[in-house]
Amino acid sequence: MTGALLTIITDNWWDIRDLSNLSGAIRDLVSDAGGPGWLVYVVAGLLGAAGIVTFVGVTAIINIWIERRVVGRMQSRLGPNRPGPVGLLQPLADAIKLMQKEVLQPKLADALVFTAAPIAFTVPGIAVLAVVPWGRNMTLASLDAGIVFIFAMSSLAALAVFIGGYGSNNKYALFGSMRVIAMLVTYEIPIVMSLLGIAMFAGTMNLDGIVRFQEDHWLFLIMLQPLAFVIYFMSSSAELNRTPADLAEAESEIAGGYHVEYSGMKFGLYYAAELINCVTVSAIIATLFLGGWWAYKLDEIVPGWMIYIGKVYAVYFLFIWTRGTLPRFRIDQLLAFAWKWMTPMALVNVLMVAAEVLIWEETGWSAGVLLPIYVVLNNALALALIVAWVRVFAPRFERFPDRPRFYSTIDVPSLPAVAPVQPGTQSQ
Amino acid sequence: MIEQFGRAGFLLLFAVAFPLLPIVASVVLGVFKIRPRKPDPVKESIYECGMVPIGNAQVRYNVRYYVFGLLFVIFDVEAVFLYPWAVTYRQLGLYAFVEVVLFLGILFVGYAYAWRKGAMEWK
Repeated sequence: MTGALLTIITDNWWDIRDLSNLSGAIRDLVSDAGGPGWLVYVVAGLLGAAGIVTFVGVTAIINIWIERRVVGRMQSRLGPNRPGPVGLLQPLADAIKLMQKEVLQPKLADALVFTAAPIAFTVPGIAVLAVVPWGRNMTLASLDAGIVFIFAMSSLAALAVFIGGYGSNNKYALFGSMRVIAMLVTYEIPIVMSLLGIAMFAGTMNLDGIVRFQEDHWLFLIMLQPLAFVIYFMSSSAELNRTPADLAEAESEIAGGYHVEYSGMKFGLYYAAELINCVTVSAIIATLFLGGWWAYKLDEIVPGWMIYIGKVYAVYFLFIWTRGTLPRFRIDQLLAFAWKWMTPMALVNVLMVAAEVLIWEETGWSAGVLLPIYVVLNNALALALIVAWVRVFAPRFERFPDRPRFYSTIDVPSLPAVAPVQPGTQSQ
Repeated sequence: MIEQFGRAGFLLLFAVAFPLLPIVASVVLGVFKIRPRKPDPVKESIYECGMVPIGNAQVRYNVRYYVFGLLFVIFDVEAVFLYPWAVTYRQLGLYAFVEVVLFLGILFVGYAYAWRKGAMEWK
């Protein structure tokens, strides 16, 4: 068995299509050595968990560089370029700097909560990755309540932010944490409602099952559920506290919000956990809407986990893009947007999907006929609802813009000609 | 099922160890005097842009948050009912559809009332 293990590592190390390829060899090694059943289970579980945590650690380090470089590019600046070639060693420099900084902790802060908050903020983002399938049969925990597990974990992160801000006994931090709670309770609703449609189409909350549904019916769920994708993407970017909706830290208004009192490695954890949570949400979107590890015929040539990570980074790029280009919302706008547009739209989406699945089940028509119709129908509905909402609720100047949209159309009045002043003729 | 949750538990262990590692490393650096530790009253006070903070920050907050909290509870409980329905919907058929239209209809009346009352405005 050691031979088989070595062959896998040396010959096609990249090809871990199935957890049973690599970890199965190790598992066999344990059972051949006469280990009991529970030992095999523990070894398999630890292997998978170690793999996921390694991925998380590496992405957190790489993403510091990617995010700053890409945002820099979008905003016509360079981004980090001093440490190492094209600034590649920047994450290392950041980590060393943060670790050896003096840790300041206010006397009045609640010491236990103050320390526990950054740790509690990091845990949920990693734990969610247990339920996402990384490839065919490559899920660590294939839970039947997968989507509910995701909701349960992702709300914990906002709670951690709140206790950190409240525990630091700072008024800016309190503002930040209260904003987090307001945004959490507001955006949790559209997030929960938008994924109902997916559970209905797939008939399961198991993420493996959802990917299998997409594979069986030869489509990505983003085609069937464009409205849900828009709602989920916007809401989760609000829940992640990323720039279009980073009211909780809003460094120009409340001086950093919930992490204003943090320094050293505890601040570094907040920073890293934000990137990890963003990758986690990208992973969820890639699984639920973009087919996970499945990509038409591509997954027969390329290992599924490579396709999957590619999709995760494609979604992550969208998050960086919104961060690099959009200004921050005002809190009343952000909350009104969730209550007055996202929630009713998500409910409309649920009813639409309910009617569609009902027709599918009752008439017994084949999916090949019905699903393309649904794709067209749902895309048209999503577009119509978005346009209608802008027409009805957007401020007047956005509905009927009377200001010029492009510089070339601005009519600059030419300045009146001024006679050149003759030296010596100026009045005293 | 419990077997699957157990594996998620393994990841949870690693997830807790992951943030603890840099914290412990930071503490170790402090023990070896690589990391400075020179506390003074200004450093240990609350940061409020140079002002001496007045009073405690753990105070009561705006009542708006409670209104939003109540709305959240209504919708979240509704979601708790909708998810089991969504998963078994294919087996339930027309009856379940009519029931949910009624359910959401009642919710929608409440939603319109909350909107009309201005519970969704942030003032």
